[in-house]
Amino acid sequence: MSLYGVQKLIFQLNRDLATRQRYETNFDALLAEYELNEEELRAIRDPDIGLLYVMGVNGQLLMHYAALRGFEWSAYIEAMKEGERKYGPVRTGLYSRAEGRR
Amino acid sequence: MSLVFAGVCSHAPGITGRKERADPVLRDGFYAAYDRMRLALEAQKPDALVVIGAEHFANFFMNNMPSLCVGMGEVYEGPIEDEAWLGIQRHKVPGAPGLAKRLIEEMMQDVDLAYAQEWKFDHGIMVPLNFLTPRYDLPVIPVNINCQGPPLIPLKRCYAFGQALRRACDKVPERIAVIGTGGISHWPATPDSGKINEPWDRAFLERFLNGKRDELLAYRDEDTWREAGQGGFEIRTFIAVSGATEGARGELWFYAPIPIFAVGCTVAVMKV
Repeated sequence: MSLYGVQKLIFQLNRDLATRQRYETNFDALLAEYELNEEELRAIRDPDIGLLYVMGVNGQLLMHYAALRGFEWSAYIEAMKEGERKYGPVRTGLYSRAEGRR
Repeated sequence: MSLVFAGVCSHAPGITGRKERADPVLRDGFYAAYDRMRLALEAQKPDALVVIGAEHFANFFMNNMPSLCVGMGEVYEGPIEDEAWLGIQRHKVPGAPGLAKRLIEEMMQDVDLAYAQEWKFDHGIMVPLNFLTPRYDLPVIPVNINCQGPPLIPLKRCYAFGQALRRACDKVPERIAVIGTGGISHWPATPDSGKINEPWDRAFLERFLNGKRDELLAYRDEDTWREAGQGGFEIRTFIAVSGATEGARGELWFYAPIPIFAVGCTVAVMKV
């Protein structure tokens, strides 16, 4: 399922109160429903916002997950920049054409 | 009746969520332009407000992504975002299901649409409503154009949607206002957040405000992505308004890049 599953999980967390309650009470059981690989699970659990960005998670989803996990706006932006420094350019998705960046 | 008001404005979440971090002169000028738009909207005494937005995965996901969707709900709720994060309290917003159904049926003569009787508003609609209908008492018909998850609808079909919307409005007795809300250039929610291509924005606005259809439809997504960011894909909402106001010219009431809002902040009104 991979990136699609990561984004679907975040989509549900962002909009569905019941999913958010499951995140708070039994996160592992919730994660088990999304067939995520080890890297994805770690990025979601830690959370590693920079890695999620480099994986290709859409920022319109990711910024809300970052806020849910306590990232203030500037910290969220910095986490993505750190992700690029640590893991390299965005791998896939809307932001993957790195030549367009300044 | 028909369209009694048409305009465009920005909707970025920082506009309300990070307002204390903006240059106060620019921010207050921008807010004043929204308020001017509110007064102009109210003066036309619309029965309903059609908001053509570009939602951000609040309702629609890649499991079933409509290119165009029109709300037909009795009531909506928003924002889905954390109230403190967005700086807007959660509200119920009245819909206009009967009018929406008639508009949809008429538009379907010309364009393919999805419809939805459930819809949770995100900042893409709630930020404009926060300024334009602060009592949340004007019935709203939300429209979504998928600007977030490619493949995206071609620009010419956004324009055709706007034309279909206008034809449908012309056939109903209600007084209808429409606003489009989107970019223009911006790189929201990315490491480049705050980057704004002002010359690109002003060139686009010149075409938009003068109803230059062919020049508006000549934009290519590859160029837009490179020069105006992925947020630039939201020009689709402006182009739909252009289709709905074909032949009209507009006035720019405010434009200024406000980096902490992550967008070139825009308020413009078409003469309908």
